[in-house]
Amino acid sequence: MLDQYGLIGALTIIAFAFPFVGLGAAWLVRPKRPDPIKNSIYECGMETIGDTWVQFRAQYYLFALMFVVFDIEVMFLYPFAVAFDQVGLFAVVEAIIFVVMLAFALVYAWRKRALEWQ
Amino acid sequence: MDLSFLDLYPLGQLFLDALVGMGFTPQAAKVIGWFVGAVILLLFGINLVIGLIWLERKIAARIQNRLGPNRVGPFGLLQTIADALKLLTKEDITPFEADRLTYNLAPALAVFPVLMAFAVIPFADRVIGSDINVGVLYLIALGAIATTATLMAGWASNNKFALVGGFRTVAQLLSYEIPLAMAMLIPVMMAGTMRMNGLAQAQGQFWGLGWYVWVLPAAFLIFLTAVLAEGERAPFDLLEAESEIVAGFNIEYSGMKFAWFFLGFFLNSFVLSAIAATVFLGGWQGPFVEQVPILGVVYFFGKTMFMYYVLAWIRATFPRVRVDQMMDLCWKVLVPLALVLFMLVAIVLKLNLSAIHPVAEGAALLLVNIVVIALGTWMMGRALRGPAPLAKRAFTPEIPRL
Amino acid sequence: MALQAIFLLVSAFTLLMALGAVLARNLFHAALFLVGAFFGVSVLYFLLEAEFLAIAQIIIYIGAIATLIVFAIMLSRGMMGPEAGQHNRYAPFAALALFFLFLLVAWLFNIARFEYSEQAVAPDAIAQIGRAFVTTYVVPFEVASILLVVALIGAIMLARERTS
Repeated sequence: MLDQYGLIGALTIIAFAFPFVGLGAAWLVRPKRPDPIKNSIYECGMETIGDTWVQFRAQYYLFALMFVVFDIEVMFLYPFAVAFDQVGLFAVVEAIIFVVMLAFALVYAWRKRALEWQ
Repeated sequence: MDLSFLDLYPLGQLFLDALVGMGFTPQAAKVIGWFVGAVILLLFGINLVIGLIWLERKIAARIQNRLGPNRVGPFGLLQTIADALKLLTKEDITPFEADRLTYNLAPALAVFPVLMAFAVIPFADRVIGSDINVGVLYLIALGAIATTATLMAGWASNNKFALVGGFRTVAQLLSYEIPLAMAMLIPVMMAGTMRMNGLAQAQGQFWGLGWYVWVLPAAFLIFLTAVLAEGERAPFDLLEAESEIVAGFNIEYSGMKFAWFFLGFFLNSFVLSAIAATVFLGGWQGPFVEQVPILGVVYFFGKTMFMYYVLAWIRATFPRVRVDQMMDLCWKVLVPLALVLFMLVAIVLKLNLSAIHPVAEGAALLLVNIVVIALGTWMMGRALRGPAPLAKRAFTPEIPRL
Repeated sequence: MALQAIFLLVSAFTLLMALGAVLARNLFHAALFLVGAFFGVSVLYFLLEAEFLAIAQIIIYIGAIATLIVFAIMLSRGMMGPEAGQHNRYAPFAALALFFLFLLVAWLFNIARFEYSEQAVAPDAIAQIGRAFVTTYVVPFEVASILLVVALIGAIMLARERTS
């Protein structure tokens, strides 16, 4: 089975190195004339006002959190799906219980307005 | 006439045998074979994207009743090469005090997962880079790496807009991975395997009616919507749209670095189309594919290009969705629908209806899917309506009767 | 033999990444080093032919948890600009204590006898895991879902306090 990952390993090395080859080619070919105005941060044509610090909204964190929970749920369901033909009807009931609990979590988050963007 | 020799699969073994004949040990021949295969896949991807960008621009142009690129080369086919040369020679303006290592690493890391995805796409029966047992999950894992690359790009630019754009893009990518994964879960349940080639092989019955798109249209629609969002394509491209003032997390990237992001976008669209074709449209399945195996490549590309056309068509047709509508659509519509669909399909599959009549199971699944689509349409209408007005109107306008 | 070399290479990579995660001055760099360490662990799982576990490691740890960590760091303190490194005065003492702990654990591993299974990994390992989820280990399976729900509710309560 490890042989199957041989090509993937080779592709990892090559696919990771290749963009750098392109960047290297560009480095050889392009002009290099750095200039403080060119290098300044883009802010719709003006100088950056104040520190580069943004008010980070907790909403992003909540979305990432929802993602963690549902991601783990999906990872639990995949082996179940692969073994689906070999398990009985009661297994489906167990899986449904699993999914229903996480549906409760989704409903809770929805009701508590954790899913609003603003 | 026996055309079964027209098969790409034995070429691999022939190559390895040739290497052994040249004096390499079988182990070394295998390793060389891996690297040669990886290089072939890489070159294939890079060359493909030239045609893909041209195709998308032409499709968008024709739908918008204009011509698209037609000056550089016949029918504008060399336009992409011209653009690539331009980007190659553009000056790379690194923003002030950007984090050098992360800034340079991000574009490479953004195009890396897309190139890696070529390893598990079945171009014909057993003509696949590596038919690993976790094929579907491998693709989802590549999506996870793409989100890390986006975070890096947003942070490294030392630019408020890029940072916030990066976070928003990551929120979008993360959110839509759930419906994507769940929509792919259902064909995996039906096929009993996560191998991409296995999924294609499982859709061979009923002369084309065994494709999962016919019995699982709801899953396909959820998958398609998630694919649009994962590929940051319209109508979900608010965060990077060309007409927006601030281009999202890749504002501060110019020249070749931007080219890698740009390339990754189109290659990603192709990869997602290929996955849709394999998982839902039967991949390389088609008439006479057992007798003439190389037809599998034809069918695969036909279906993938069809899906690519659908993606470009959608891009040219629909207006952009607002970011809060997009997140609502994901969490309040697609995820519940996917969960409900999963449960219903699991129940239907266990009822063992194929004992009654071969078509009964397919019909039952189709029925369940139509119910779910109806449910989804109703939910979308409610979810996308937006928040109710906070105050009642101060007056009720009189409708003049004429 | 080649496998041994690859294992040593990957282990060295993972350890370097983990070291970077601990020693990095900039928090975002530390998070990126952590991602590298997760990736190294995933490759180790692949070497052990536990492919589902390896893929799950990438999907959950790199995809979900590393992102969550980055967002959590952003939520608690800004990440733009260089950060000061460790302020901890006792760091050298901690390092010394951990070094001795490492020696102890290495010695224990040396004298322990680990049972090897000579069987090859079954080709349908994932199906076996799936079957185990609904037969032998169904209670942990369901408890896991309860755990996830509890974690979500707790985290939403905490995060909502910040926003309201």
